[in-house]
Amino acid sequence: MTVRERLRQNISAAFYQHGLLCASYPVPIILFTSASILTCCYPLLKLPLPGTGPVEFTTSVRDYSIPSHEPQGDLGERPEWYRGPPVAYIQQVLVKAAVSPWDNTLVPVDAFRSPLGRVFNLLEEIRNHVYTDRSLEALCLQVTDLLPGLRRMQAVLPEHGCLLISPGNYWQNRRDLFDSDPDLLKTIQQHEPKGLHTSATLRDLLFGVPGKHTGVSLYNRKRVVTYTITIALSGYDARFLGSLRTRLKQLHPSVNCSLREDHMVHVHFKEEIGIAELIPLVTTYIILFAYIYFSTRKIDMVKSKWGLALAAVVTVLSSLLMSVGLCTLFGLTPTLNGGEIFPYLVVVIGLENVLVLTKSVVSTPVDLEVKLRIAQGLSSESWSIMKNMATELVIILIGYFTLVPAIQEFCLFAVVGLVSDFFLQMFFFTTVLSIDIRRMELADLNRRLPAEAGMPPPKPGPLRPRETPPPPRPSPHTITLQAPAFRNLRLPKRLRVVYFLARTRLAQRIIMAGTVIWIGILVYTDPAGLRTYLAAQVSEQSPLGDAGLPPHLGVAPVFPGGDPTSTLSVLPAPEPTPLPENQSQGYGAPRPGLATTAGPQISWGPEDEEGWRQLSFRHWPSLFSYYNITLAKRYISILPVIPVSLHLSPQEAIETRHPQDPRHPPPPSPKTTDLQTDLTLYKVAALGLAAGVLLVLLLFCLYRVLCPRNYGQNGVQHGRRRRGDLPCDDYGYSPPVSEISPLLLRGHSMDIECLASDGMLLASCCLAGQIRVWDAQTGDCLTVIPNHGLRRSSSSSGWEHRDGWDLAGVCDADYLLGSDGQDAGLGAGMADGEVYPLRRRATPTRPTLFGDQPDLTPLIDTNFGEQPPSQTQPGSGFDFGGLVEKAYQEHEASPPLPFPPSPPASQQRRRSLGDQPVLPPERPLPGPSDWDSSVWAMELRGNLIAAGRSSGKLELWDAVEGSLRCSNEDGSSGITALAFLNNRIVAARLNGSLDFFTVDINKPLGLLQYRGPPGRGSLPPSPCYSSEDVISCQLTRSVQCAHQKPITVLKAAAGRVVTGSQDHTVRVYRLEDSCCLFTLQGHSGGITAIYIDQTMVLASGGQDGAICLWDVLTGSRVSHVYGHRGDVTSLVCTTSCVISSGLDDLICIWDRCTGIKLYSIQQEVGCGASLGVISESLLVTGGQGCVSFWDLNFGDLLQTVYLGQNSEGQGVRQLLVLDNAAIVCDFGSELSLVYVPSVLEKLD
Amino acid sequence: MVDSSVDSSQSIRRSSPRGPYIAIVTDRTANLLIRGAMLFSVGVFLALVLNLLQIQRNVTLFPPDVISSVFSSAWWVPPCCGTASALIGLLYPCVDSRLGEPHQLKREWSSVMRCVAVFVGINHASAKVDFANNVQLSLTLAALSIGLWWTFDRSRSGFGLGVGIALLATLATQLLVYNGVFQYTSPDFLYIRSWLPCIFFAGVITMGNIGRQLAMYESKVIQEKMHQD
Repeated sequence: MTVRERLRQNISAAFYQHGLLCASYPVPIILFTSASILTCCYPLLKLPLPGTGPVEFTTSVRDYSIPSHEPQGDLGERPEWYRGPPVAYIQQVLVKAAVSPWDNTLVPVDAFRSPLGRVFNLLEEIRNHVYTDRSLEALCLQVTDLLPGLRRMQAVLPEHGCLLISPGNYWQNRRDLFDSDPDLLKTIQQHEPKGLHTSATLRDLLFGVPGKHTGVSLYNRKRVVTYTITIALSGYDARFLGSLRTRLKQLHPSVNCSLREDHMVHVHFKEEIGIAELIPLVTTYIILFAYIYFSTRKIDMVKSKWGLALAAVVTVLSSLLMSVGLCTLFGLTPTLNGGEIFPYLVVVIGLENVLVLTKSVVSTPVDLEVKLRIAQGLSSESWSIMKNMATELVIILIGYFTLVPAIQEFCLFAVVGLVSDFFLQMFFFTTVLSIDIRRMELADLNRRLPAEAGMPPPKPGPLRPRETPPPPRPSPHTITLQAPAFRNLRLPKRLRVVYFLARTRLAQRIIMAGTVIWIGILVYTDPAGLRTYLAAQVSEQSPLGDAGLPPHLGVAPVFPGGDPTSTLSVLPAPEPTPLPENQSQGYGAPRPGLATTAGPQISWGPEDEEGWRQLSFRHWPSLFSYYNITLAKRYISILPVIPVSLHLSPQEAIETRHPQDPRHPPPPSPKTTDLQTDLTLYKVAALGLAAGVLLVLLLFCLYRVLCPRNYGQNGVQHGRRRRGDLPCDDYGYSPPVSEISPLLLRGHSMDIECLASDGMLLASCCLAGQIRVWDAQTGDCLTVIPNHGLRRSSSSSGWEHRDGWDLAGVCDADYLLGSDGQDAGLGAGMADGEVYPLRRRATPTRPTLFGDQPDLTPLIDTNFGEQPPSQTQPGSGFDFGGLVEKAYQEHEASPPLPFPPSPPASQQRRRSLGDQPVLPPERPLPGPSDWDSSVWAMELRGNLIAAGRSSGKLELWDAVEGSLRCSNEDGSSGITALAFLNNRIVAARLNGSLDFFTVDINKPLGLLQYRGPPGRGSLPPSPCYSSEDVISCQLTRSVQCAHQKPITVLKAAAGRVVTGSQDHTVRVYRLEDSCCLFTLQGHSGGITAIYIDQTMVLASGGQDGAICLWDVLTGSRVSHVYGHRGDVTSLVCTTSCVISSGLDDLICIWDRCTGIKLYSIQQEVGCGASLGVISESLLVTGGQGCVSFWDLNFGDLLQTVYLGQNSEGQGVRQLLVLDNAAIVCDFGSELSLVYVPSVLEKLD
Repeated sequence: MVDSSVDSSQSIRRSSPRGPYIAIVTDRTANLLIRGAMLFSVGVFLALVLNLLQIQRNVTLFPPDVISSVFSSAWWVPPCCGTASALIGLLYPCVDSRLGEPHQLKREWSSVMRCVAVFVGINHASAKVDFANNVQLSLTLAALSIGLWWTFDRSRSGFGLGVGIALLATLATQLLVYNGVFQYTSPDFLYIRSWLPCIFFAGVITMGNIGRQLAMYESKVIQEKMHQD
């Protein structure tokens, strides 16, 4: 034993133990895991919350020195970022200028033209200031080019020189340009961006105060202009700055100015995430969510898919949090942007392990105990999990040695994340999975149908004692009482979208939300001055506003013309300024002729101290980013402002006036300004309304286009469809049905038992033993082979209906036995056995009886689990046959049923039989009963019908003439299944033996030409025998003990005969020499369904719900999946997928190569289990009185065809797909032939 | 008794005909077109996003008046990338079927999503992580790309196609830069960055993966047709 194998075994054993532990103590383990998650996440609390807001730190100016790079120990309150010199020192000169006294001869432009003009003088002053041979040029921050994308700012912002900005930049700092500018406002306005803006605008940058506070406006009643000159300095020279401050203060003294000048503020900026950076981030997150979605979609066969998906996501997320927390705990502070690397970490860690675990646990045998299932699932995947984990660790280790700091850090995180993820998978997810599986088991047991409940409880092995006693099995009555299960229709996608829209009223809500957002944006961008109004209201009521100070500048332009209140209320709003003349001025327009004001007052308040605070927090970063200087993770120091007050005389204002000024902006009339702003408001409102209406119309049109039918009326039209069988969803909408009309073939008097076809002809046999041959194209009845013909020879009377009863009894018995299985469930089976005959007597119509049953199809024609009642099997433990016999006797002893005497059936009547829809049933006559002549199996090849009878007799009939060609009575045990291939007939008998017959004809033509397998697609026209051919049927070989238990399924194709039996095995025989090639073992229940086709694909399904795919050439098992709870009732393969249906009314579609379940279709309870594949993409299933067509590629229900009007209780139990894209199915006593036109067209 | 007396009146459900539903899906040309369109849109989207990533870091410089546009890159970049990705995505399944070695490794959408995420991550790393020198960066990215191929593709044809297309695309980029259509801020390999072939290779692998996954839906149809023949 190599080290590797030993290691593998040890790992597997350890995982097994661990699985047992997790499943045994779920609650303590989950508590423990949660506690450890919380503990590991605790250090995260210390981390700062993410945010991009700047952080401030204030120091005193007086003893300022540049902080050193090295962190110093005792400076407790000093933040970490306060190290080294700042990017720049910002010195602002705050200028407040006013023309005073105000004169009535002045025009509004005068209020800001001359004050703005003074900026050039000030600039000159500042530039030329020299203090002990140091000038501004030496100190200021030298900037180079603007960024290449900013061509339109090139004219305005300085380049190649000092970063010194002021409103003068609008005019290239040239007085002459300013003086010759006819319209200052237009110049300022033309650089403003259109539409929404969140970052700093050029106007804010140049003026240095918020745009509202500048006072550069025609409607400014305060007539005080405020702006700043901003100087960015690269070094700090206290003496130079001090002299500049003194000089400016001397030149322009500000009275009543008491600004504090002793604090400088350091502002630290975090890395900013802009929209542009956000887009890749959002993309990675979208990809991440798509990954999670596609991964968790694969979780299947569990109780709560969403719960498990949530658990998986929680596992991954908390492992990441844990890793971050642990790294923080050990001092590895993350420098990486957590949000950015997070998606990649999730992708690296992945959800694969979780899914592998789930799949492995789910695919353990269902009948095991939960603990053991978990343990087995864990241990079977242990090796791959460990291997993957080791590989990932090695990769990450390699990454660690790249020696790139960012990658190293990522790797460190990934390692910790991987380990914590492994821990969580093992403890948290496994436990959640065990809880889920246990829930599923409980729900499953509660929900089990009696057929399934009667299944043998898992073989009591020493390893797995079932702890919980099985809950009381529901009586058969509960099935009929059960509410019809919802039919999980897979509607076309467009309908699903429409329904989703309709259900959630999505469009409506989106419009509502959009309106709210739109209003919010409107308020934010403030087209109507709403915010100013609010600010004014607040400042009026605030104690600061009442503190005796005159109304300060910040709220000076309280009521600009566009005030919404002026449109809302006629009354002028109260004025914040106490000036009496303003009352009369109503709308704030200075009218010549009225009393002049006392002149604007320049006042300094505490809010001017740090005026930059009112700017956007992106003000400084955006200014520096224009010069490709990032402030992210750096800081700037803002020095105290230098206040400058300018008082200008009216003469000066008039002198500087531009010739166009007086007339260009005409004296503003309140009406027009109101009208203008109102107009913009109205325009915006109208635009929004129009957009909303358009959106509604668009959605409405879309809705009409997508769903043109008025589906509310559909339910009324199809009123006769009732809820149960109507394939409609909650909205009463049923998918449109095209003109597929079933052709009903009538003639049988009882339920159809056997159905065989070779493409041209169709043979059916009813419970009465009557065989009818139909033309598969036209549906005409060609031949009737009545039992009366046989009666002549066997000279028995009254057996016909006994026969029917016999079969019914056998079926019921088999039904119970087949489901109850073998030894363990016998008691329960007997109980049901008593119930059924009694119930049948009480309600003697068979269809309703069988309508009660969820699913009888596979059992009736294949599952002859026990001896017929006439043959009591010795040692079987109970006398089931006697029980049924007794029931029959009671039945016969009961008052005679009002049946008319049977009409004499004769050869002459044969023709008219086809026209007579209902054959009056004969009254059973007492007498010696002949049990031997019911047809249990039938095959049709060419024009020969092979019929296997319960007596063990094999008969060959001529399908056209209705004559018996030959018969063989070599065997005595009833023939349960027949296969007719080439010139050989294989018969499976009730005692488990298998007989091979050879059909010989005297003409070598005929059957020998014929090489068709059963199945569609490759049948040549049937060979015809003339009536003079002598056909003989000889037993060539009989395999006595082919199986230990009765053979349930027999299929033949491609020269192979495959049998499945109750003894859990599948055997493969060669047809030529009847030699057993393989015995395939792998099921843990009786075989219930087998599929084999010409390409040697063999699939088998068993009572354990498992489906195995085998390689017929080697006898090896290709794949093994658990798909159903309860028996697999039917199996069909196409070239790419395997379709199975089970007793749980589920149709599963599997990928044939990988064994992965593609999807499943939940059907109604008791929908029947018959399946057929018409083309590669068209599946047909039988239901209650209907057949449904499905698109295999997408799982969509294409349509449902109803076979009869009162179809309740008539399940389609057998379904044959004919060559010409028609399907034939039994429907009570009728046959139904359904053509599928669309497929027909395609085949042609 | 057991006999069922089903009412003999035949019921035919009437409704509007709805035949061609099956036919649409099985139409091969339409399927090809749909796949091409999907691949094109994926390519355009990825090109936009990844270009944004490069522009943020000033790796590539486009003429400045374009930068202010909504998509912040030249108009011809996304369509080119989209067309290329559509071609690659259609080429891969085609080559697979020609060579007769179908791609069997992890044919699931979740794996494809993982692949796309890793691809975006490689781009992210190339744009954002500060490496000591260009050789280190290029080697790291090459290793990552090979790892991507090993994890998600592992087919020889995929590798060959990837290398070939990456070389072609590098050549095309060289020509473009040489003709002055755009430029790189710090070219270290003739006119471009030396990691560009790695990125191209990873992109080809990713788009091929998507294309193969999309082609899985069509393969069923083809099989069916072959079966009918």
